[in-house]
Amino acid sequence: MATKHSRAAARLMISPAVLLLLGWMIVPLAMTLYFSFLRYNLLMPGMEEWTGLTNYEFFVTDPAFFTALLNTLLLVGGVLLITVIGGTLLALLLDQPMFGQGIVRILVIAPFFVMPTVSALVWKNMFLNPVNGLFAHIAGFMGLPAYDFLGQAPLASIIGIVAWQWLPFATLILLTAFQSLDQEQLEAAEMDGASALSRFWYIMLPHLARAITVVILIQTIFLLSIFAEILVTTNGGPGVASTNLTYLIYVQSLLQFDVGGGSAGGVIAIILANIVAIFLMRMIGKNLEA
Amino acid sequence: MGRIVLNKVRKSFGEVEVIPPLDLEIEDGEFVVFVGPSGCGKSTLLRLIAGLEDVSSGAIEIDGVNATSKRPSERGLAMVFQSYALYPHMSVKKNIAFPMKMAGMPVAEQEERIAAAAKALNLTDYLHRKPGQLSGGQRQRVAIGRAIVREPQAFLFDEPLSNLDAALRVNMRLEISELHQTLKTTMVYVTHDQVEAMTMADKIVVLRAGHIEQVGSPLELYRNPRNKFVAGFIGSPKMNFIEGERAASRGAHTIGIRPEHIDLSVDPVEGAIVGKIGVSEHLGSDTFAHVHCEGIGLMNVRVSGEADIHAGDTVYLQPQEHNLHRFGEDGLAITL
Ligand SMILES: Nc1ncnc2c1ncn2[C@@H]1O[C@H](COP(=O)(O)OP(=O)(O)O)[C@@H](O)[C@H]1O
Ligand SMILES: [Mg+2]
Repeated sequence: MATKHSRAAARLMISPAVLLLLGWMIVPLAMTLYFSFLRYNLLMPGMEEWTGLTNYEFFVTDPAFFTALLNTLLLVGGVLLITVIGGTLLALLLDQPMFGQGIVRILVIAPFFVMPTVSALVWKNMFLNPVNGLFAHIAGFMGLPAYDFLGQAPLASIIGIVAWQWLPFATLILLTAFQSLDQEQLEAAEMDGASALSRFWYIMLPHLARAITVVILIQTIFLLSIFAEILVTTNGGPGVASTNLTYLIYVQSLLQFDVGGGSAGGVIAIILANIVAIFLMRMIGKNLEA
Repeated sequence: MGRIVLNKVRKSFGEVEVIPPLDLEIEDGEFVVFVGPSGCGKSTLLRLIAGLEDVSSGAIEIDGVNATSKRPSERGLAMVFQSYALYPHMSVKKNIAFPMKMAGMPVAEQEERIAAAAKALNLTDYLHRKPGQLSGGQRQRVAIGRAIVREPQAFLFDEPLSNLDAALRVNMRLEISELHQTLKTTMVYVTHDQVEAMTMADKIVVLRAGHIEQVGSPLELYRNPRNKFVAGFIGSPKMNFIEGERAASRGAHTIGIRPEHIDLSVDPVEGAIVGKIGVSEHLGSDTFAHVHCEGIGLMNVRVSGEADIHAGDTVYLQPQEHNLHRFGEDGLAITL
């Protein structure tokens, strides 16, 4: 995009796509906004009326709201932490020449192809279950009492399940980044007297910065709206211990048939997502500049 | 100091033997050039010296100490790579400082050495730029700067100029030669370009398929090539080879004559090789004539730049008898 002319042409060319996307986004957003200002309960049809900010007031003063907010951030942060660190180490490992490399790589990617509901069910019933689960068996084998993961540490368990799902994604992106690292740079660093750890810290990690940024941004978008895993495993409980904003909105609008309240929750979730996005872009967005 | 001795060094990748057992001595302070066609194992040999590859057998001695199993950083060598291998996310200054930082040198001394290197290499104004914002020649200089601040026993260069344009290459060639004169440190330089080898080297090592074909000073190789390969590789344009009767009459299987050792005349001369000029390249100072000769084929001849010759002219070539090279059937030079 060097010249003024080509820039103008580029804008013209991408405008249909931008307009379509904008419309696609604006219509549901406008409807959500509109509903959020109505008293709109499906149990009382025909009684919709303008209520101003009541729905918001109601949603925010809900005692579950702050727990849900905190849980959402913990869930996103926890999964990001595990997947980025775990993904980097796994990618480093997979980048080494070894026997059966192709098969190992496919195996590592496999969890990404499992549907969230299915993986949550498998984890809940086959691994975490305090009676039949694999972990309970292992604990029993070692003479330890079984631990009720979903009852005692529901949020941590869900973070674990979601991290397991997203680890392959992070690994894959970071592996390609590792593979694009110029080997001569590593050799130069080796000649310069850098230890393996220094080479990782000073050469590999900076090279990975952009890929890590991409992983964080993409994952955050999806992690803010985790739902199926919670519904299948804990139903947001015990109490609201594993309820995030998405799940709270579901409880509000679908379980209580309150479209207005749910919409207000949705708008709050959008605002939260944008705050997170701005925060992230400030922090790591500069890595994406060429 | 930087004396490097290779003792029966052999390298194979799996089944393929890239370097058959090879002996070589590099004296302290020498500028040694490994030259040979692409794929002959020059880089591999250099990487063996650097320690980036393990030898399959044999020993490498640096400065009188067996370095065969030492790690690259412990050998006291600095390497300049063909791709420069600068660290793209670090500024020029940090790039140059990196080896010193890794060695845990005090910051004040680092600053001092960086300033000195930057001054010597004309990089002072660029210290805060990233490598991506530099030209090819400047990147090359940063790579050299990163090597000299370590004050190594020896410098290793792997085709450092091959990514530069022709004019810059001539410049950098000169700068590296000057650097060698000031530092007086051993330098091992790999190239496939015989002009670089001839102009820079104290000692040239001609390699073919991992074998050392000949070792010697540029003029030694030019005057007394040990075999046809070295004769054809050193010197530009290439030496002409003539087989058959003419060679046999001089007691050789093949005779070689360099383009600059042939007298060309437009008037008939008895006993001369008769030919027709095909392409002639006028460089101003010299003219290179490609002469099609009956029974011999194409001969390259160098004549003065003022020579009035044109395509299609019939010319008479007389090789200078005392500059003839004689080779036996095995390709080895026959010395009288
Ligand atoms: N890591 C390697 N594995 C297998 N073969 C290699 C490896 N490195 C180099 N070779 C082979 O060794 C030969 C010499 O390579 P190299 O030293 O790079 O040649 P040069 O630098 O003279 O062009 C080539 O035939 C190349 O294919
Ligand atoms: Mg090479």
